[in-house]
Amino acid sequence: MHNSILHVQDFSLGYRNRAGDLVSVLRHINLEIRQGESIGLVGESGCGKSTLALAMMAFLRGGSEVISGQIDFHGGNLFTLSSAKLASLRGGKVGLIPQNAGQSLTPTMKIEAQLTEALRLHSNVPSKQWRQRAIELLQQVRLPAPEAMLARYPHQLSGGQQQRVAIAMALAGNPELLVLDEPTTGLDVTTQAHILELLRSLRLEMGMTMVFVSHDLGAVARISDRIAVMYAGEIIELGRCADVLRTPAHPYTQSLLRAIPRLDAKGLPPSLAGYPPKVGSVTQGCAFAARCQHATGQCQQDAQLLPHKEQWVRCHHVGQLPASNTVVSHLVPPTKQNADTLLDIRELQISYHKPGFFEQLRNRPAPVATVDDIDLTLKQGQTLALVGESGSGKSTIMKAISGIQTPSQGQIQLQQADLNQPVEKRDRQLKRKVQMIFQNPDASLNPRHTVLEILQQPLRLYFGLNNTECRQRAAELLQLVRLAPHYLDRMPGQLSGGEKQRVAIARCFAGDPELVLCDEVTSALDVSVQAAVLKLLKELQQEKGVTYLFIAHDLAVVKALADEVAVLYQGRLCQVGSVEAVFGGYQHPYTCALLNAVLQPDPDHAPQLCGDDTAEQHPPAQGCAYQRRCTLAEPRCRQATPPWQQVGGNRIRCHLSLDELSSRNGMPMLIDAANF
Amino acid sequence: MIKLILQRLALAFLTLATVCVLVFGVTEALPGDVCTAFLGRDAQGTRLENCRQQRNLDQPALQRFATWSAGVFQGDLGTSLKRDKPINDLVANRMRNTAALGLGAALIGIPMAILLGVLAALRRDRTPDMVISGGSIFAMTIPEFVTATLLIYIFAIQLQWFPAITTVRHSAPLSELIPNIILPMVTLALVMMAHILRMVRSSMIDVMASDFVQMARLKGVPYWRIVFIHALPSAMLPAINIIALTIAWLLGGVVIIEQVFNYPGIGTLMIRAIYDRDLPLVQAIALILAAVYVLCNLLADLASLALNPRLRSAR
Amino acid sequence: MTAITAPVATHPNSPRWQQAWQNMRRSTSGMIGLAVLLLHLVAAAIGQWLAPHDWTLQNGYIMFQTPSTEYWFGTDNLGRDLFSRTLIGGKEAITITLLGTLLAMVWGSLAGITLGFIGGKTDEWLMRFVDALLAIPWLLFLLLIIALVGQSGLTLVLTLGFFYGIAVIRVVRGATLEYVPKDFVLAAKTRGESKFTIVTKELLPNVLDALLVEAAMRWAWMLLAFSSLSFLGFGVVPPTPDWGLMIADNRGMISIAPWAVLFPALALSSLIISINLTADAFAKAIGLDRAKAPV
Repeated sequence: MHNSILHVQDFSLGYRNRAGDLVSVLRHINLEIRQGESIGLVGESGCGKSTLALAMMAFLRGGSEVISGQIDFHGGNLFTLSSAKLASLRGGKVGLIPQNAGQSLTPTMKIEAQLTEALRLHSNVPSKQWRQRAIELLQQVRLPAPEAMLARYPHQLSGGQQQRVAIAMALAGNPELLVLDEPTTGLDVTTQAHILELLRSLRLEMGMTMVFVSHDLGAVARISDRIAVMYAGEIIELGRCADVLRTPAHPYTQSLLRAIPRLDAKGLPPSLAGYPPKVGSVTQGCAFAARCQHATGQCQQDAQLLPHKEQWVRCHHVGQLPASNTVVSHLVPPTKQNADTLLDIRELQISYHKPGFFEQLRNRPAPVATVDDIDLTLKQGQTLALVGESGSGKSTIMKAISGIQTPSQGQIQLQQADLNQPVEKRDRQLKRKVQMIFQNPDASLNPRHTVLEILQQPLRLYFGLNNTECRQRAAELLQLVRLAPHYLDRMPGQLSGGEKQRVAIARCFAGDPELVLCDEVTSALDVSVQAAVLKLLKELQQEKGVTYLFIAHDLAVVKALADEVAVLYQGRLCQVGSVEAVFGGYQHPYTCALLNAVLQPDPDHAPQLCGDDTAEQHPPAQGCAYQRRCTLAEPRCRQATPPWQQVGGNRIRCHLSLDELSSRNGMPMLIDAANF
Repeated sequence: MIKLILQRLALAFLTLATVCVLVFGVTEALPGDVCTAFLGRDAQGTRLENCRQQRNLDQPALQRFATWSAGVFQGDLGTSLKRDKPINDLVANRMRNTAALGLGAALIGIPMAILLGVLAALRRDRTPDMVISGGSIFAMTIPEFVTATLLIYIFAIQLQWFPAITTVRHSAPLSELIPNIILPMVTLALVMMAHILRMVRSSMIDVMASDFVQMARLKGVPYWRIVFIHALPSAMLPAINIIALTIAWLLGGVVIIEQVFNYPGIGTLMIRAIYDRDLPLVQAIALILAAVYVLCNLLADLASLALNPRLRSAR
Repeated sequence: MTAITAPVATHPNSPRWQQAWQNMRRSTSGMIGLAVLLLHLVAAAIGQWLAPHDWTLQNGYIMFQTPSTEYWFGTDNLGRDLFSRTLIGGKEAITITLLGTLLAMVWGSLAGITLGFIGGKTDEWLMRFVDALLAIPWLLFLLLIIALVGQSGLTLVLTLGFFYGIAVIRVVRGATLEYVPKDFVLAAKTRGESKFTIVTKELLPNVLDALLVEAAMRWAWMLLAFSSLSFLGFGVVPPTPDWGLMIADNRGMISIAPWAVLFPALALSSLIISINLTADAFAKAIGLDRAKAPV
């Protein structure tokens, strides 16, 4: 038996709402964390995983209070410590790596000041060696040029660099226990893979105990020995990582794992009904019962967390459930073949730079365009996905198509109509034909309008309907997105994330569009809700024959939904082709790097790191856009723009021949985490 | 960095130039002219003619503006109508007196305001906050002349600690103003403090709820270090520009306070100039006060440059 | 994060204003403020019929009477009843400043929203101009115009309204800028809505809160300015009673008759404080931070 380092005993936590009622956030949590192990806390938003992790540092958010139980660190209750002892514990023996390092570093202090502060407070390093030690720490987290880094402010670093600095800061106190609160959320895929590998190797080197909080089962699978699955403030399943992922026992874990889109499966994953419950809304019985297909009357009573085979499971029916495969047959809808071209983009170039008066006088050369040389066609009724990391120009292209960013060169055509003109110059029919769905429904729905008012706007604008007609049509639209008509009088603030996104989709379909631009439409949603929204989008496409231009950073989502994929780097196309070809055939080095970095909820899957993850500010002036990060780059890549090479419907822009690509990509420059 | 400072300086200069145009423009646009306003009912016959000739009113407006603004930029504010003296001589000492009053109030008021604002934010909705915020509402909303009158009643009439009104001449050395300056300075400092501390309080509350302050707590940084090293610089950023605007707004208050205490500053001169309808003098004072405002804004801009690394260095 | 901030206690379908009123009722200072404010409005509206004495009647025999059952607030330097004068001494101020506030809000917020929405170079240059206008000290500006045009109610309403509207532009533009980059505005743009629709349907409902609070602030400030003008003798024409003027008139005799200064001062201060308390409580009730508004 291992030594326990942290022991959570019957821990319940809640806060008082405005009416003075106690709303419970965590209910009767029992968890023992052993020396040297890494435990993953997973669950969807609002399940209490972050709250639990922060409680392990005796940190309660404003207004929260402990209802019952305690958390012991090395046998002592954390909540009875004096504030001085607590301060020396936090950042010392227990370190935190926060979710958003960019906002968690003090913006007005240089990196050096923040690192030396940690050293001064939590280490025995004499003041003369602080600087030296700070440099060592930055080297330990594999930051290039650590001395230069010290003199910078947080905003001068990229997201990945900020996260590394945050890790270095936690390491400064020589922690025994490291709490990681969604440390890779919001980072690009390749950066995320790098940070995860760094954390893995640090753990091996230093033998730290880790609590890893994440909504991403793929990330958790990569780093945890054990997994605790949380739902509505309870741990509902607990066990070894491989066991939970391979043979989930709780119906929630089963359906959650099924709902995750996977690279190795075809089509859409099966979706879960309903939405996660609001915090504190479940007080009695199994919280998942409302969404569970196996629920019976018994589920109205509280279930206990009981051992079942290798795991601990909180379910009345455990053992009586049908065996679950994590990968089940996915819904594979037929796609239309030989359709007409709907959208045609030719030699598109977009530049945000407008030369000022003085620059024109001095005749300075304009900086390199943000997006350049884009050729794409999109057939009616199909889905084209634009793929790439942040700054790859995906959104810029979408803005140009929707008419709020004027292209500097090139042609965009929707059938015969010219889409180069800004939206205000387009006629009403053309406006109607191109609609957009945004990433975050919280931001894209006006918080002061009711659902009816939101749906009314396009109906009035495009069809000039009167009030009764609007209400009638709006109710139909809600039905189209599987929402009941009584939602018409709700405000967006009263809806859950998934419901809001459905309203946004209804608004988009109010115009009866032909081309729908989907900007990361599911990335703000929980996994269990995402699958249902993806399914809805696919069904709507079949029903209405609309064409989607889809932006997503999650390649598994792309694989599930798209027919065609275009890979972008720094505003230039690297590869265009059918989903099968891009994911399974010849690959551009960048496509390969992206795919290798993808995490899967599979204990055996390991991402491979190709090249480094340094973010770039500008595309290079000449040569291949990907030259600086490409592990296969040759001198000619820096001088000449690579040619397009074509096999079937798969176009790759690279100097290397297809054979070279396939042989060298087949064995990517595998950078082993241990000797990176 | 230097480029940014130069940019700010250029902007300040531009604002002042615009103010020049506005001040001149307003007097031109409104009915009557400098002489009719000054002479009032006597504005007729030879007196009016003489006045107009003396003031070159027969010249076109643009030409007069050119002469006037050229003078202003060489530091010559023109001649007073009523006193028939160079405005520069009239203004110099009074400007010094007002500056002493304003700077004194700022030196007491601003640090106090920041301290109290931080304290109120940290003890939000508890007794210290209630007292400080409540007090600031009173100090902010009660008109300056009422506050001043009350202070006079208590400290000058009842307690007889300070003189009720100033009887010192404007040209007297600053040291002679010492007992007289205290009550006006306190009045001004009170109002100034109230505005600034409210701003600091609200901004501090925001910053204390931010991710990096929570993180600093979870890094085990001691409380007072969090407050003053991690949080306060960020909290001061949005506050600074508002503080500058408020101080400028309070310039109007200075005029009233000086009037109540009969303090020999630029404010009393201004009121007298208005009573006398001495437009050239009014224009000159408007320009001077606008310059003070622009200077305050400039200082605020420079202070935010110093505090905000984002402004100083692009990524 | 989401756990605590999620609005669990929102009653479904309860209108926002009803919710705001519920919240506001919980604030003691807000309710006191509102009560005092209403009292002042009533006094201004019907005070002239309630006054026990003729407020212009001078009587040399009863100069500086101490407060008594006959003269509740005592009498002033000319032997006029101070209670009657105080009762209606706010009428002029309240009427003029309310009209001025209305004017300032209308033109200031229209210009502010438009500037914020247009953005770009036009906005930048016009804001420079607005800044320059703000650089002219307000009191001097008002005094200058009054000195040239003469003092009348209309002049005061127009000048106060114009000048305070400039400050409103800044605030409203700031509030608008906060919403312009939001996706729902972008959504309306991509949908092809007209600029007018975007301003009125998308932006206006969102800045309305800020506007209401701003209006209250402006009103309080304008009352301050108006009373300062009166105090200097540029506001109300005597013998119409006005608090600022009354304080100025009786200030010299404060050692003999402090009540003659005290009561108008109390009336004036309580009005402005009550506006502030009400606005503060209202802002808090709808979740706005009032101290953010510049000036």
